[in-house]
Amino acid sequence: MSNRSIRATPTAWFIWAAVVFFFVNLAGVVGSVLVSSFGQKWFDTWVPSGFTTQWYGDAWREFGLLQVISVTLLASGLVVALSVLVGAPAAYVLARQNFPGKRLVYLTFLLPILMPPITYGIPLATVLYKFGFAGHLSGVVLANLVPSVPFVILTMTPFIEQVDPRIESAARMLGANTRAVFLKILAPLLVPGLLASAILVLVRTVGMFELTFLTAGPDSQTLVVALYYSMSAAGIRAQQSVDAMAVMYTAMMLVLLVVALRFVNPTQLVARVKEEPPE
Amino acid sequence: MTATASWHHRLAERGVDRRLWLLLPATIFVLLLFVYPFLYGLSLSFQPLNGGGLLANYEKFFGDAYQRDTIVTTLKIALPAALLNVLAAVPIAFRMRGRFRGKRLLTTLLVVPITLGTVLTAQGLLNYLGPTGWFNRVLLSLHLIEDPVRLTNNYWGVFFSLVITGFPFAFLLVLSYLSGIDPTLERAAATLGASRAQRFRRITLPLLAPGLATTFLLTFVLAFSVFPSAVLVGNPAGSTRVISLAAYQAAYEQYDYAYASAIAMIMGAVELVVVVIVLLWRSRLYTGSTGGKG
Amino acid sequence: MRQFDRLRLEGVGRRFGAADALIGLDLSIERGEFIALLGPSGCGKSTALNCLAGLLPLTAGAIWQDDRRIDTLPPERRGFGMVFQNYALFPHLTVRDNIAFGLRMRRLPKDEVRRRTAAAIEMVRLDEHASKLPGQLSGGQQQRVAIARATVLEPSLVLMDEPLSNLDAKLRLEMRTEIRRLHQSLGLTTVYVTHDQEEALSMADRLVVMRAGRVQQIGTPEEVHTKPSTWHVADFMGYRNLLTLKADSVTGSQVTVPLAGTTLTGTAQGVVAAGDEVVAAVRPEDLKLGGEGLKGLVEVVEYQGREHAVEVVLDDGTRVHVRTEQRVDPGAQVALGVSPGRLLVYPS
Ligand SMILES: Nc1ncnc2c1ncn2[C@@H]1O[C@H](COP(=O)(O)OP(=O)(O)OP(=O)(O)O)[C@@H](O)[C@H]1O
Ligand SMILES: [Mg+2]
Repeated sequence: MSNRSIRATPTAWFIWAAVVFFFVNLAGVVGSVLVSSFGQKWFDTWVPSGFTTQWYGDAWREFGLLQVISVTLLASGLVVALSVLVGAPAAYVLARQNFPGKRLVYLTFLLPILMPPITYGIPLATVLYKFGFAGHLSGVVLANLVPSVPFVILTMTPFIEQVDPRIESAARMLGANTRAVFLKILAPLLVPGLLASAILVLVRTVGMFELTFLTAGPDSQTLVVALYYSMSAAGIRAQQSVDAMAVMYTAMMLVLLVVALRFVNPTQLVARVKEEPPE
Repeated sequence: MTATASWHHRLAERGVDRRLWLLLPATIFVLLLFVYPFLYGLSLSFQPLNGGGLLANYEKFFGDAYQRDTIVTTLKIALPAALLNVLAAVPIAFRMRGRFRGKRLLTTLLVVPITLGTVLTAQGLLNYLGPTGWFNRVLLSLHLIEDPVRLTNNYWGVFFSLVITGFPFAFLLVLSYLSGIDPTLERAAATLGASRAQRFRRITLPLLAPGLATTFLLTFVLAFSVFPSAVLVGNPAGSTRVISLAAYQAAYEQYDYAYASAIAMIMGAVELVVVVIVLLWRSRLYTGSTGGKG
Repeated sequence: MRQFDRLRLEGVGRRFGAADALIGLDLSIERGEFIALLGPSGCGKSTALNCLAGLLPLTAGAIWQDDRRIDTLPPERRGFGMVFQNYALFPHLTVRDNIAFGLRMRRLPKDEVRRRTAAAIEMVRLDEHASKLPGQLSGGQQQRVAIARATVLEPSLVLMDEPLSNLDAKLRLEMRTEIRRLHQSLGLTTVYVTHDQEEALSMADRLVVMRAGRVQQIGTPEEVHTKPSTWHVADFMGYRNLLTLKADSVTGSQVTVPLAGTTLTGTAQGVVAAGDEVVAAVRPEDLKLGGEGLKGLVEVVEYQGREHAVEVVLDDGTRVHVRTEQRVDPGAQVALGVSPGRLLVYPS
């Protein structure tokens, strides 16, 4: 097994070269932002002419990042809490029970993840404006719940399926009612699943551009949306302070990522692939 | 008593019991925040702002070449990008399945661009691929090119941004599908005299194909909704004027929500067509157990 | 816990979609009884038990506890105890907390919980393991935790679903005695599911033999063992030789059937007329080597401790199974006889 990857067939070389090429460019993409954010001036040279940290202070003040970051954290925190509260019980029923119309319910719950956010984001934003939610934090939270709840359902289901239903039956036979089964038995056993789905939703919400962009007002921008605005207004602000902001965003995402990877494996961050068994 | 009991019996037979109440919050949520807005958008799209028939918004879209072409533009970006991502992911994932040192590090590195998202990638690409960026500098100093190649603010900028975020996504999915295929199947084929290429062609590929279809779909959905990079590293007035941008402009620049909804619906329909075609093809494949631990 | 004198199941049925897993189960359980539900895999034993427990809603029939109807009560309000096949111990709670769980659910005072838990732990001899998690116990120990957890509440009825099937043969025998001992000393009423006929025979006061969702026979171990009501029950109770034959003549309950050039006489179980197709059932140990009548060739001999299981091919090609203490060799020509009264003849 192991010597297969070491043995240097031409294809192997080619594949490894492609991987290296990908990573070199990726490093270039991220690195150029990083270097630029510390550069004094950078025109037509390999590296900037001098280094400074002034752009970070500038960006912090100019873009009001304190406010932006607190909005980001608050909105994401609310989305995480609400989506777990709404999604986990639904995941439980879908994992445990067969009932008429289950496939339809399942499909409806999963549709928001299968659709590009802009497609449903625009009608959703329209409705949120109509009812006066959009432009505020509440609108941002509501919009971000749309893909988050299904995502919680999707991540939690396999965790719930792992818990033997007979353990719940045993608790009921010992006199536990539904509440007690949830609090005393399921909650402790599902801590890994709850953590995984919470952290995944957090990462996705902090990084979610489209829905937040469509529903945020001036006071309810998250970091990624603020970054987009400052980029599309390029030329007004110094390029480097935009880069500084981008680096702060990157740092925040990387911290979240490091935390996330303590609880989940990389593939789960992407999607939970579970084929439904053919009936 | 008997009436209530037989009612109980009938519900029990269909699996309906009190636990179903737990679905209620999520159901209300999905109805209010997804189904209702969607239907609202649909009905709004039939109520043109400036009067006209039911289909006026749709006629307007398809009658205007500038708008109509956004469909082709989007597909021209999304389909090749999704295809490249999946096709490149297969051989690489194939080589990297199984255990080896540094696998976790590799997959972790690959998640980075996905989590960073398109906005940051766009900013990086502008710096890196720009006329004075490192990429052009390297090519110039190696004398591979005479003048800087133009890779941003056009089709290629958007394409690269989709590859940078889409390829790791496709790779991780393909890798997880591949590790769900029992390796002993291939060994069994080997003992039956199948060469390496035959094993891949006859055993692994057929088992992997449904997963590839799913991967393609998810990657395509990501690419299809490309928005920030189309604006930031593309040429949003020309070669990368994608359909989501058209919808956005209708809503937030012209404040014509009815028209914007119509475009969003068209966008959904076009995407659905691709999804259905892929799903139809996928349904003809074997989709049962792949013998692995999934 | 509220005790009852009699528990009655009336036409209890459970259907999954189009498939009936349990049909028209009528059974009455007296206080203090040990009842075994017995039958082949998939016959609906667990379904019956879960219906009784309240874990599966009924799709037909009713359950009465004395004159209170209980089949619409949720499981936690029936006050029954249950031991599961894989024990279903709470993996995140220690042995002590597992056993105390039910007492806590009943909101009993702290010192009573402590006292009764300690007594239960002692009863199943797990004192040294009280602070361990279930994952750190052996199968037999887990089994005892499960039993203690179910019985510490002194439930009016204890349900056990194949509680011994995950244990090795020796431990299984020990635990059988242990369960029976607990049943007696605690004065429990027990319904015990098993597919092992020997286990059922040795433990239960009454057996309920099931097949394909229906009850085939209810009776004491002796009745079921010596007079199975149908050939399916006979098959399940160890009548390994089931021969499809044609009845020659019938006088009273005596039926003669032709076999391999001679005729045998058996006892009719059910209505049999001359010329009918019948199933003749006889246990391997009721076929004697060296008797009169049947002749055949020894084909396979399995050594089984004190006895040999011998497969004999009769002159007409019929294969029969014989148990004997005698030594025989493959290829030997033997004669066989049936112990008097031990050939049962069923309508097929
Ligand atoms: N949840 C369910 N959905 C559909 N069918 C079921 C379900 N549970 C049981 N069945 C079916 O009901 C029948 C009886 O099952 P049950 O579990 O009661 O059998 P059993 O006698 O306990 O068998 P075993 O000895 O193998 O445990 C089986 O045919 C089974 O397939
Ligand atoms: Mg069973």
